[in-house]
Amino acid sequence: MRSLLYVLSALAVVALGVWAYQENYRTQAAMREVRALHRDIGAAHERLQMLRAEWAYLNRPDRLRELAELNFDRLRLLPLMPDAFGKVGQVAYPAPALPPITDPVEVSSDNAPDAPDAPQQEAGQ
Amino acid sequence: MIRTPLRPLARILRARDRGENPDRIEAENRRLRHEQMQDSARQRAEGRLLVMAAMFLFAFGTIGLRMGVLASTVPAEPTAQARGNPIIGQRADILDREGRILATNLQTHSLYAQPPQMIDPERAATELAAIFPELEAEALLEDFTGDRRFLWIRREISPEQMQAVHDIGEPGLLFGPREMRLYPNGAVAAHVLGGASYGREGVSSAEVIGVAGVEKHFDDRLRDPANEGAPLRLSLDLSVQAASERVLQGGMMLMNAKGASSVLMDVDTGEILSMVSLPDFDPNDRPRALTEGDQGDSPLFNRAVQGVYELGSVFKIVTVAQAMELGLVDPETEIDTSGPLTWGRFTIRDFRDYGDELTTREVIVKSSNIGTARIAQEIGAERQRAFLDRLGFLDPTPAEMVEAPTGVPLLPDNWSEISTMTISYGHGLSSSPLHLAAGYASLVNGGTRVTPTLLRRDRPQQGARVVSPEVSARARAMLRAVVTEGTASFGDVAGYRVGGKTGTADKPRPEGGYFEDKTIATFASVFPADDPRYVLVVTLDEPQIEALGETRRTAGWTAVPVAAEMIRRAAPLLDMRPDVARRRPVGVTLTSN
Repeated sequence: MRSLLYVLSALAVVALGVWAYQENYRTQAAMREVRALHRDIGAAHERLQMLRAEWAYLNRPDRLRELAELNFDRLRLLPLMPDAFGKVGQVAYPAPALPPITDPVEVSSDNAPDAPDAPQQEAGQ
Repeated sequence: MIRTPLRPLARILRARDRGENPDRIEAENRRLRHEQMQDSARQRAEGRLLVMAAMFLFAFGTIGLRMGVLASTVPAEPTAQARGNPIIGQRADILDREGRILATNLQTHSLYAQPPQMIDPERAATELAAIFPELEAEALLEDFTGDRRFLWIRREISPEQMQAVHDIGEPGLLFGPREMRLYPNGAVAAHVLGGASYGREGVSSAEVIGVAGVEKHFDDRLRDPANEGAPLRLSLDLSVQAASERVLQGGMMLMNAKGASSVLMDVDTGEILSMVSLPDFDPNDRPRALTEGDQGDSPLFNRAVQGVYELGSVFKIVTVAQAMELGLVDPETEIDTSGPLTWGRFTIRDFRDYGDELTTREVIVKSSNIGTARIAQEIGAERQRAFLDRLGFLDPTPAEMVEAPTGVPLLPDNWSEISTMTISYGHGLSSSPLHLAAGYASLVNGGTRVTPTLLRRDRPQQGARVVSPEVSARARAMLRAVVTEGTASFGDVAGYRVGGKTGTADKPRPEGGYFEDKTIATFASVFPADDPRYVLVVTLDEPQIEALGETRRTAGWTAVPVAAEMIRRAAPLLDMRPDVARRRPVGVTLTSN
């Protein structure tokens, strides 16, 4: 009886040792992963910060104003003035969508060869 | 184990034969057995003591070793149970009210040198001087070949410059990571933001500390890691601020002024939406303070907060509002304006003669100094002082900037009757444009005290009552009349129902007296006058234009058109729709008995 107890407790110690060993390594692996993730998050954060700073820099009011002046011919952007406000009534209703074509009309040029070539082909035949 | 009998029969029999006492044999055997038992017990005890000693030795040895290890290793943060985010330890960003970035950080590198590790200092010096134009090869070479072991070359370098330095291939030139404070909008809101510089610098990092403005006022909050980089949200609106600066810059040039400032403030919340002071500077490259001359001419000087000026006639509405609050006058009361008004050795004159009598409303509309002074006489020094105190004109403004406490109003030493009379039309008391904006906001918003703030708020301030809502409405009607029929006729922006008061004050000479040809022109306005939302104060320093064959320096010709243009630009940005054909609002009329 007593020897059984010894054997059992020895086995328990061995099992606990194995478990602790595995836990230890799993913990270390998890912590390595956490560190790597933190590093990644840090890098991503830094990149994000850089991008946001760049966004803010590219959208700075001075630059936008200069761009609006440079591209005035194309965009015709002016500073927002009180007369820019309209009324809802001035907005046109969207044009109704065209119904699907159910009754197509044959057009004479359908399947016709390209115009300059056609006479030559006829002449050849 | 063979147990030795105490009375072995053979020896007993032999002893009996010899006539000896057999008990002695037993006694001897008993003694031997006891000795044996003692020996074994001692041995066991000694063995146990040894084991104990070994265990203690092991335990204390372990503890000692562990302590040694702990003492000799670099401290590390607990990673397994760390709470929060260990990454974001940067100085927090500063955003405007819509979340647009006003100040942020950028990762750059610093460049330093360790001359003992250098291989070819001469080449390094010439190459560095070629990369960085502000460095001189001779000075660098002197540093590199002297007995210095360490020197900073540049605090911040760009990635391209870093690559160029890399390409020199000098092992004695080293890089360290460095955070740089970046103000992406350049000079926009420069005075509010202030600027930042480096505190303690190390090779691997450096403290970024605020040196002025909001950056310095909130330095602890911005640097506190417990906030995890939560941004600081200001009340400024970037687009309004940029538009105001643009308009004011143009206005300052047109009016030939040497400086200008403007404050746009929400009348209910006290939020400052834009605050401009010109000339300004780029906070990314903050200039040094002037070492000679008047600090008031430095671009670092914030005219809107630090500049205290006698602002002139804009104070008249304060006087009249108080008189109406006290029940001394109402808008139609006739005031004696026959002049000039002589008091002791002082003479108070009007810009031109307005006849013998004007109503209170006309005193404001035509801006009569004499009429206002007569009203102030009725109010008296004590009450005037108390009223100005309630409006915040006697203390520095509580705006969240490190410069705000330096904007101390200049008060007369002795608040005599003549001081009361001059203060009533804005002379003898110097205050900043921000004071004026806060005072106007308190007067027109229905009569509750508003303190200016640079932080985003989402609800109106519940300040102490300064004047009653009726007086506030009458004051607004008078301000509106100034624009529609008075001195500020250039200020009428269609659809925004601007009300306001002009003020033109001669600048005091440093040696006493006043300049004839240098003025401070101010326009303090509120819009819309019937449902006030914003207060705008525009101040021009020494404006002067030629118009209709005359040199004009008064606010009506200088500050008012600039303010009108600013309202025209800023109001649409603030989502205010011009109300050209105004109809009466349909709603419930509140009545009570």
